[in-house]
Amino acid sequence: MAQNKKLQGLATQVREHIIEMSYGSKSAEIGSSLCIADILITLYFAILDIDPKQPERPDRDHFVLSKGHGAAAMYATMALRGYFPETELKRYRVDGGRFHCHPCRSASRGIEVSTGSLGHGLPIAIGMALTMKSEWPNKKVFVLVGDGECNEGSIWEAAMFASSHKLSNVVVIIDDNKFQGFGATDKVHPVDLSAIWTAFGWNVLEVDGHDIVLLEKVLLKAKRRRDRPTVVIAHTISGKGIPHIENTLGAHYYTPDEITYLASQHA
Amino acid sequence: MRNDFVKQTLLEMERNKNIIFLTGDLGYNALEPIQKTFPERFINVGIAEGNMLGLAAGLALSGKKVIAYSIASFLTMRPYEQIRSDICYDNLDVKLFGPGGGFNYPTHGHTHHTIEDVAIMNVLPNMKVVCPAYSWEAREATRTLIRHSGPTYMRLSKSPGVNYEKAGWKFELGKSYHIRNGKDVVLISTGNILDVVMATANLIEKKSGKKVGVISMPSLKPIDDKLIKHLAKTCSLICTLEEHSIIGGLGSIVSNILSQSQCASRLKVFGIPDRFIKDVGSRDYLLAKIGLEPKTLSAKIIRLLN
Repeated sequence: MAQNKKLQGLATQVREHIIEMSYGSKSAEIGSSLCIADILITLYFAILDIDPKQPERPDRDHFVLSKGHGAAAMYATMALRGYFPETELKRYRVDGGRFHCHPCRSASRGIEVSTGSLGHGLPIAIGMALTMKSEWPNKKVFVLVGDGECNEGSIWEAAMFASSHKLSNVVVIIDDNKFQGFGATDKVHPVDLSAIWTAFGWNVLEVDGHDIVLLEKVLLKAKRRRDRPTVVIAHTISGKGIPHIENTLGAHYYTPDEITYLASQHA
Repeated sequence: MRNDFVKQTLLEMERNKNIIFLTGDLGYNALEPIQKTFPERFINVGIAEGNMLGLAAGLALSGKKVIAYSIASFLTMRPYEQIRSDICYDNLDVKLFGPGGGFNYPTHGHTHHTIEDVAIMNVLPNMKVVCPAYSWEAREATRTLIRHSGPTYMRLSKSPGVNYEKAGWKFELGKSYHIRNGKDVVLISTGNILDVVMATANLIEKKSGKKVGVISMPSLKPIDDKLIKHLAKTCSLICTLEEHSIIGGLGSIVSNILSQSQCASRLKVFGIPDRFIKDVGSRDYLLAKIGLEPKTLSAKIIRLLN
């Protein structure tokens, strides 16, 4: 119970950091970062076998943020996990800064893959998994993919490859926030993600992407699978934590105003 | 500039009922007027650029004029084979419009920095390539390209605050525009870096007293080779400036023309060096980092003049 409360508190801190980073740099791409805070905190503090002091240790779990536009959440989570000081988050998207709004490997040790164009992270992660299957068979590659990102053909080319090669060391988490760049995801392509991933040969699990207890339980279950790759469809709320933008298309393009910023820092 | 494109596209789609507009899930807060006015001819294909350009080829083969829209880096690089083999090979009537040219999405990082688009589009047979500098060029070029038959690419960026058009100007493919006259050195630029170029010209004149001409070349393919050949005979120094890699863009195109001409001029190419720019910051910050700002540029050009 105490562990759960601690993780929930950390997820709240991630959201506060995201709002501060966005407010400080007067930049958007906030909605799709806020919605993955619980997933990332669960991964970095309860699931991934990683060591911030030895980020390149070969026998580690890997995490790839395929939906690169959620990078603000990853930077904040990595800071809390000890990869770099929290004060470095002030260097997000500012002149002479350290962090772009999409991940760049050179920004910090521990960022496994540079992403930002959708549909790239999963194939790269599966390439890593192919090596790890023989060299570190007990380690996993976790990949966070957007629901809209599943529009890209490369996602399905990679999905087919992973199941053909029985890469049970791959766990995809889909941030199913129901929105993409220019519309609601079920309006652009009304498809049943669970059915499609099942048809591609994947083990499919679903979870509330904001329930840290359930997230931990489901991700541990996924981590234990040894027969085939697993996808966890995490149902999330775009803009989670800022009530007036939650579940809106505009959440992705929102930049916090002063009132929202101040409210978030005193929550 | 994006709004100029949208306004002109609305007019063109009203005029020509055969136009289909495709977006790769981008254009929030910009494309809505097109979606609302022509819902039956506006399709959000989704985040699937390869499919979008394949669809565009199929639509064009079945008689449609197609506009395909996405961020310039995704639009030109992701579906490159479709653009080359499905569209350009058969000279299909598909128009690519990509916002975010150069560093116009500066803090988005390398995936959004569009610094090779001119090079890879220019090399394709049948393709026309246009980089407008400001509002007038964008609006006029949109009209010209949509009415043109065959594949075209236009890079959209953020307009400088100043409009430089003169009365009577008409946009044409292959035509350039004298923004200011001066024969000691001529600065040729393409795209919205024109504001930097104008400031550079002012500094050169102020510091050296030399007369500086500035030419905007929004049309890169076809390019105004007649003017470039003329300048090669009449001007001792030509400088090209672009928010694009020094390889394959305006500088390379001009260099290629000069290498095959009677040339009395020296050419100096200014652009983005042959490396990825990993610095974080605004467009102005990134341009300053690589020396594409008036103070550095003017000092270098004055040294060349002396």
